[in-house]
Parts: sequence; C-alpha cells; structure tokens
Amino acid sequence: MFKIILAEFLAPGIKRFILQAPRIARRHKPGQFVIVRVYEEGERIPLTIERADPERDTISIVVQSVGKTTHLLNSLETGDSILDVVGPLGKPSEIAKYGTVVIMGGGVGTAMAYPTAAALKQAGNRVIAIVGARSKELVILEREMGEVSDVLLVTTDDGSYADKGFVTDKLRQLIRNGTRIDLVLAVGPIPMMKAVAEMTRPERIRTVVSLNPIMIDGTGMCGGCRVLIDGKSEFACVDGPEFDAQRVNFEVLVQRNAMYRAAEKRSLDDYQHKTAAELEPAGVCAREGGTR
Amino acid sequence: MKLPRQHMPEQPPGRRATCFTEVNLGYSPELARQEALRCLECAKPTCTDTCPVGVKVKEFVQLIVAGDFMAAAAKIREDNVLPAITGRVCPQEDHCEGGCLLKKRGESLGIGYLERFVADYEQKHFDPAKIVHAPPTGKKVAIVGSGPSGLTAAGELVQKGHVVHVFEALHEIGGVLVYGIPEFRLPKQIIREQVDYMRAMGVEFETDVVVGRTITIDELFAEEGYDAIFIGTGAGAPQFMGIPGEQLNGVYSANEFLTRINLMHSYEFPRYDQPLADLRGKDVAVIGGGNTALDAIRSALRLGAGKAYVIYRRSEAEMPARAEEVKHAREEGIDFQMLTAPVEFLSNGAGWLMAARCVRMELGEPDNSGRRRPVPIPGSEFELPLSVAVMAIGTSANPIIQSTTPGLSTNKQGYIEANATTQKTARRGVFAGGDIVTGSATVILAMGAGRRAAKAIDEYLATGAW
Repeated sequence: MFKIILAEFLAPGIKRFILQAPRIARRHKPGQFVIVRVYEEGERIPLTIERADPERDTISIVVQSVGKTTHLLNSLETGDSILDVVGPLGKPSEIAKYGTVVIMGGGVGTAMAYPTAAALKQAGNRVIAIVGARSKELVILEREMGEVSDVLLVTTDDGSYADKGFVTDKLRQLIRNGTRIDLVLAVGPIPMMKAVAEMTRPERIRTVVSLNPIMIDGTGMCGGCRVLIDGKSEFACVDGPEFDAQRVNFEVLVQRNAMYRAAEKRSLDDYQHKTAAELEPAGVCAREGGTR
Repeated sequence: MKLPRQHMPEQPPGRRATCFTEVNLGYSPELARQEALRCLECAKPTCTDTCPVGVKVKEFVQLIVAGDFMAAAAKIREDNVLPAITGRVCPQEDHCEGGCLLKKRGESLGIGYLERFVADYEQKHFDPAKIVHAPPTGKKVAIVGSGPSGLTAAGELVQKGHVVHVFEALHEIGGVLVYGIPEFRLPKQIIREQVDYMRAMGVEFETDVVVGRTITIDELFAEEGYDAIFIGTGAGAPQFMGIPGEQLNGVYSANEFLTRINLMHSYEFPRYDQPLADLRGKDVAVIGGGNTALDAIRSALRLGAGKAYVIYRRSEAEMPARAEEVKHAREEGIDFQMLTAPVEFLSNGAGWLMAARCVRMELGEPDNSGRRRPVPIPGSEFELPLSVAVMAIGTSANPIIQSTTPGLSTNKQGYIEANATTQKTARRGVFAGGDIVTGSATVILAMGAGRRAAKAIDEYLATGAW
C-alpha cells in the first residue's frame, strides 16, 4: 500500500498526488514513470512521475481523468492509499549539454516533460519551454516550467489564456525566426507529437518524444506496449518510453491505443452510472457460476 | 498381479471447455493407495535420478502405501518445496515417469498424480505451528523474482536458518506460475497456499520491486546488507516472427494474452477492469507448440472462441508441450494445424486482424536442435480467417538486471552466465538460475537451478569462499 500524503487538483480533472514511496523516490530519474494498480480488481496503468523528493521519501504523480481507473484514482483524497505503485520504470531521459533545447508539454504531458526540462537546465542548456492546453483552466505547471526555463511560451487552443493556438505554432515561429535548436522534447497527445515530428524532420532537428502505449507489467515481460520503430517492434517499457520521433510509427500507436475502446467505455459507464449491485458478471465462466 | 494405472478423475471435456476450473480433480486416498501399490520398489530407482530436484519417489510412494500421507509429504519436501505445483505442471514423462520401469511393461507409475495427492492432503492437514525453524545464522539472502527458481531457493535457504527476502516485480507472488499458467491447470489458490506455507517457514516477500530499477544489485549489498543474492527473474520479452501485419490489433504475444487473463483476471471483466479482446464466437489461433501455446489457446476456448487452432511449423512428434496438455486440448476440440506457419497477417482495413496467410511445411534435414527442419511447400499458401492470433514462439532475455549490474557476464543472447553446478555468476555473491540463465524452459528445471543455487549459497555463506 502506498499512502497519499497530499492530493490536490491542478486543474479540472487533473490531480497531483504526493505518495509515500521511498524506494522509488531514491531511484527516480527524469523521463521515468510508474505503474499503478488502484485496488484489487483494478487494471495496471502507467503514469508520469512529476518529481521525486528522496529526502521526504515521496514522489508526485499527475493524473488526468480519462477512463474508469483515472476517474477512480482522482476520487482519492489525502490520507487514502493506492494498492500498488511500481517503478521507476523505463530508461531515463538522456541528459547532456546540447545547447538550446525546446521542451514541449501538451496538456498533462507537461508533467512528464517538467523533470527533464529541469535536468536539462541544470546541465547547462538554454531551455525554451512551450506549454499548451485546450483552455485556460487546463494549463498546468506553468510556474514550475517557468522556473526551469530561459523562455516560457504558453498557448491555449481556444485563446482563453496567453496566445491562441497550438504548441506547434510556437515551434514553427521559433524555426522561422531562425532560432538555433539542438534538441526538441515533445510530450503530449499523439497528434501533437506527430505534428512536432513532421515539423522538425525537414529541419533535421533532433527530436525526442515520450510514448504512452497501453502497458501491463512495465518490466519487459508481456510485450503489450510494443511500438513500431523503424518498422520493428520495440517495447516502450524497457526500450523507451523516449524514442527518436522520426523513427516512430504514430499511426500504429493510435490504432493500438484504440484497441479496447469499447471495453473502456463500458467500464467508465458502469463506474459512473451503476451501483455495485447492478454490475453484472460477464464472461463465460461467470455465466457458469464463477470459478475462483 | 498386474494393476492398471489409476486414471485421474477429470471434468468432462464439454463442461471444462467453457470454464476455468481445474481440469484434473485429483486422486482420492483409495485411488492413491491403489496407484502407489503398483510401484516396483526398484533397487536403483531411475525416477529419482531423472528428477531435476531428486525427489525420493520410492520412499514417498511407500509411505502412501502405508497410509501415512503426512510423512509422504514431508519426504517430498526434503527435496521439493513446491509439491502441489510440480504435481500439476511438471512434464513427468520427461523426468520421473519417463524413467519408470513400469513404462516398459505398459504405463508408468502415476508419480505426478501421487505427488499432487500428497501435497493437497498436506495442505488440508498441516499445522503451521509445527514447522521447525533452523537456528538463525545471521546471514541475509535476497531472492530476485518469485517464480519457481526463486521460491525453491527461498524455501531451501530459510530451512538453513538464513534470513530470506524475496523481491517480486509484479503485485502477486509466483512469477510465471501466476501470470503464465492458467487457473484450469494450476489454480491460484494452490500457489497462494504454497506461498503461505513459505511465509510460515519464515520467508519474507516484497511485491512491486523491480530489481535493477527500484533498487540495484549493488544497493542490495551496500545499503540493505545482503550477504548473497539469487537472480531468478525468468524469461524476458516475447519474440515475434517479424512478418507483415504483426502490429495489427488482435495480434498478441502469449505473455500479454496470458498475463491479461491470469494475473489481471480479464476473463472476469467487467468485474475486473483489465480488458481482453472479446473472443466470443471469434476464430482464434496460437502460433507455437509449447505449453504456453496450449495454455493460451485453451484459455481462448474457455472465453468463447469459435474455432480455436494451434498452428505449429513442425509435426506433433516435435511439439514441446506436456503430453497430458496435448491430450486435454484435443478432447476439448482444439484444431491442430501441424506443419503450418503464418507468413502474413491481413487487416480488415480498420487496423484489426482478419486472416492469416499460412503456408504448409514438410520436414527436411535435421537442424541444430537435432529436430528435422520444417521447409515450406511451394504453392501451398492458404488464408485462414482469424480475429485473434497469439504468438507463442519464445522469449528473449530481459535486459534490466544485466544492464544495471556491473560485473555480471552474459552470453550472446543476453542471458546471465552461471556455473551449471553452483549457479555462481561472474560477480562475487551473486547466483542466478532458471530462464534468465537458460532461456525458456520448464518449472521443474528452474526449480532444479534454485535448489543447486541454495546449496551453493549456503556453502558460500558458511565459508566465504568463492
């Protein structure tokens, strides 16, 4: 059991949890993630580590309500516990002195980009951060990103805050203005990461994306998180989650992430609209009267 | 007097093919004693010689004849700390029963069935308070991975008086026994009971720790004060064939398919949250011929698959699966497409698998493994309509520990190199065994490695000599 020291909403539907997780706190490096299982019947899902505090034995994760598991997670409060938290998983970001780096966070992806931005700043890079969200209330970690960057650019899709547009509009401006860019890191929705890859390809700017495929064990055992990299299967949990954006097949990622859409919708509908007593058992065995 | 082998009572195939309850129901005490009476009491028992952990078969079988089932269980436990598990999943025909003299005259003694009976009897009657604890040695051993090799090493070492702490990456104890082997062959309750027995012996367990990520081997020595470490992390990432269409939705690795079903209870969706593709009425194939392949396809059948195929590129004689599983699968209606291999997976146009283009094979000259090499027959290609395909063609080495532990040596495939007798690695104080050393093998071979490692660790802790 992993105790929630503090739970707070950063934005509507986006919550930050500070968790007691001493082993993970000691080992975490930017770019890594955890897998959580909220309760006994729960699924395993990967989540971003926003930061770690080894002195307090804590890590923080940022969760956006999307499906049943994230809604359930975001209903938890300070003092509650999460059944399983395992990590830190994945290869850490490659931290080096590149020169000028552009860190792009789309929506809740900003939480994953933040620790890497901080580490790249610390390593002596000039950091240009671009943070975007759909609208004003969904902009997260603006202050934190500001603290670890030399330039902070903010966009909202609807123009309700800062500049109207997408994070890619800002990147395009930087490129057009002739800004020298040595590395781009983009973390966010798949269409955003794909658009970034297409924008930097003709410019030959080294571009890294952090991928978020469906994942189960997270240790390189099951192969569920396989992504197509240069036409070959790689596993995001042990070979990633960061990959060279130009080598990623984003179409396959979109297709595979949609694999359980119907089941996910059903789980969320049941969670939001049915009482426990109304939930029907399903599956062949359950029809036969249960097996466990 | 020639007694026939006592049959294992089973659920009828028609019922069990729709349900995850265990296929074999187990001997009654009467059946067990009748079967035990068949033992020839050989002067030189080949059953023990062929057992990877050296179970004293003749002695425990005689205790069954005498009706002292608890003493029989204790006799097995001298060499095997997981009898209820090996009694169910061991390929006995390759080991104890394969060496049985009775086989020459007909059918071998039902050693696996007897072991299972004794273990289940013990579980119902044992008293944790009666477990004798060895005097503490003050030494600490970390076991990395709670699969068959790790559990065996842990059970052996705790009986020597060492502090034994098992780290498991997943949220349940048991490794492949939990995520890989389905309920109908090895009920989770059996694993829980065997693990509880180990807890009663004094073994400590910690879940949600990925050694190499959550903590390193170096830190286990330096910060947590372990005196020796056993690595039994099992097989790694699943292999794919590299044919077109493998990225389609509906194409699974066997590890993912079985992990969803077994560890995550997808077969109980939506009571459990982790989903699986809806298999009801769908045509499903598994590619491969081992136990994993049969576990996957028999699970698919139980989840309502329409047609359920095993596609294997060699012939049935070369199938590595346990004989009883092949028999059970046939009875349940699995369609075996032998000497066949997929060459491409075809899309329905929306990213989902629709069919496999397959080719028929014939057996040519023997290959490196000594088995006749399958060769495609020109012009034999055909399309097999499929909604789900499960790749069960093997695994490759998981790199996490090797890449975070200086001084471990690995072979070309990335598996950890360990001495075949002592399981010692190139790194002082570190031992390794099971699939992370050998590549995919069986539960009992991993247990054999765990047992050898335990013996060597105990000696190392006593003498300090490497």
